[in-house]
Amino acid sequence: MSADFLYGIEVIINGLMAGVLYALVALGFVLIYKASGIFNYAQGVMALFSALTLAGIMSGQVPFAHLINAIFGTDIHYFGWNVPVLAAIILTLIVMVIFAWGVQRFVFRHLVGQEPIILFMATIGLAYFLEGVGDLMWGSDIKTLAVGLPQGGSLWVEEATAGLGGDDFFGFFIDKLDMVATVVAIILVAGLIAFSQYTKQGRAMRAVADDHQAALSVGISLNFIWILVWSLAGLVALVAGIMWGAKSGVQFSLSLIALKALPVLMLGGFTSIPGAIVGGLIIGVGEKLFEYLIGAPYLGGATENWFAYVLALLFLVFRPQGLFGERIIERV
Amino acid sequence: MLYREAGDFKTSYVADNQTFPLKLDRIGFWVTMAVAWLVIPFVINDYWASSLLVPFLIYAIAAIGLNILTGYCGQVSLGTGGFMAVGAYACYKLMTSFPDVNIMIHIVLAGGITAVVGAAFGLPSLRIKGFYLAVATLAAQFFLVWLFNKVSWFYNYSASGQISAPERLVAGVAVTGPSTPAWAQYLICLFFVTVCAIIARNLTRGTIGRSWMAIRDMDIAAEIIGVNPLKAKLTAFAVSSFFVGIAGALFFAVYLGAVEVGEAFGIQKSFLVLFMIIIGGLGSIFGSFAGAAFLVLLPVALKWLGVDVMGWPTDLVAHFQLVIVGALIMFFLIKEPHGLAQLWRLTKEKLRLWPFPH
Repeated sequence: MSADFLYGIEVIINGLMAGVLYALVALGFVLIYKASGIFNYAQGVMALFSALTLAGIMSGQVPFAHLINAIFGTDIHYFGWNVPVLAAIILTLIVMVIFAWGVQRFVFRHLVGQEPIILFMATIGLAYFLEGVGDLMWGSDIKTLAVGLPQGGSLWVEEATAGLGGDDFFGFFIDKLDMVATVVAIILVAGLIAFSQYTKQGRAMRAVADDHQAALSVGISLNFIWILVWSLAGLVALVAGIMWGAKSGVQFSLSLIALKALPVLMLGGFTSIPGAIVGGLIIGVGEKLFEYLIGAPYLGGATENWFAYVLALLFLVFRPQGLFGERIIERV
Repeated sequence: MLYREAGDFKTSYVADNQTFPLKLDRIGFWVTMAVAWLVIPFVINDYWASSLLVPFLIYAIAAIGLNILTGYCGQVSLGTGGFMAVGAYACYKLMTSFPDVNIMIHIVLAGGITAVVGAAFGLPSLRIKGFYLAVATLAAQFFLVWLFNKVSWFYNYSASGQISAPERLVAGVAVTGPSTPAWAQYLICLFFVTVCAIIARNLTRGTIGRSWMAIRDMDIAAEIIGVNPLKAKLTAFAVSSFFVGIAGALFFAVYLGAVEVGEAFGIQKSFLVLFMIIIGGLGSIFGSFAGAAFLVLLPVALKWLGVDVMGWPTDLVAHFQLVIVGALIMFFLIKEPHGLAQLWRLTKEKLRLWPFPH
């Protein structure tokens, strides 16, 4: 096989891996959208916030240290202990559940029955709010997230595949972290599907997604389900935050992955979990291949910034409900 | 007692159709105009111009533009920053290619070019709606910023990738470039704001504005009663982009003087203008002004309060600003989804009845 062809395959594999990470973020969107009809723009900031919280708890930072110092003139920064990874993850999850409760109690409970676009704008406000709170709590400096995930290229894959090409081919370069992310994503999706199929709360969640009023009339508490769904979205955000944070450091740009997840959703449809995954893979492979074949040689590179959106845009013109979305029927 | 229709007799249809039917409103309007045109230019200094008045006027134009699209026609756009960039770069190319033509003409032409680009990106709105459209406009945002970054023709092959406005005169006074006096900056922005607001107000209450609102309220029903959705949506995109383009041209040429596209016209700018119209009031020209004033004033006021009064570090105040803006947006959406403009309307209703409660 020629080296060019093999490099192409490598690009596709790396695109699939990147797509898994996009799908992970998109999954959080789909969960909330299905259950409550809220298009949660804040999902990306939730990922940032949970990663910040995890990093902060692990290194024993004092929350709001900055603010306390400014008000009382003290100079405290750290408690002086380190929390083990697993305990920190559990603590972060508790924080995300409290957050889910707060969001439900103070914001969306008051917005029930509003138009979807109003709800969407409220989540943009929520995104700003949460970003500010995250910065206030843990400071805005870039943090590294050392949760013990492997880093760097996998030598094993490289050696195993080096024999495929000629002398100028050295095997596929695949990031170990991406491989872990893929496995974690598969486990997460399987877990979510199992939860929604086989548990009582999961069934209630699907009932709410199907029809709010019917669910209410058989005695399902909408309030509880919405808190549950926001907590699940918090869990997905935490996983996405860990993966992206380990890849590129915990910093503000992490919240921009929410924007990357939007075209994924448009491709896959807002209401479909398989759609989110397939959409993520298509976007991941599409943008890497476009950059490799057309972007870098002819257009001066950095086409990854916009290719996903244009692809989704063109796609939508032909199929407005996405790949797996429910058909849109409109009546006067 | 004073603020009511009684005694204000209208004797012609023109008088009956005027924008401000109440006498007190009319007086208020003319007083505001007189202060804006005849008093402020003489007392303005650099600080007031560069940190409050000029950005307020420019954002007001952008907010009017976006309000036409989102508030009146119901098409949510997240591409405002990209369209402002089109206005800025069009203005720059025109200024440097035709140095002898008056800058005012360039700014209007920049608006025209943006209108064409906006209408092109508005084409998908015929097929896709709501969120899907909002996300589709993100394609415009990212693609345009990338384009102005990568194609060096747009910034005349300058090494830094920035564009900077050369000095141009209007009636013998510099309005762009580093030696522009504060009052000239202010007056050129005020001129465009006044013209844009009058055009927008009259468009939105005419045939075309009514067809936009019909599309906003229910597009299928509007189509059935004979509103052409193609025409309504594309004109909304074009007119909206025209205003946004003018705002972008002024933002670059008059206000900043030199810009780097990703920094000045990034996605944050799109959200900022969107917040302005949410807080100000969707579907209201007054709301565009109120929202722009609010969000220009808020950071300045918070910075003054936090840094100068409380003595806190700047980054802490910046974080607080995010929290407060976010909380305010949610608060407004919960308490008053129609924004400051609705509060103003309610106040006026109360004033009419005052001092009797019923």
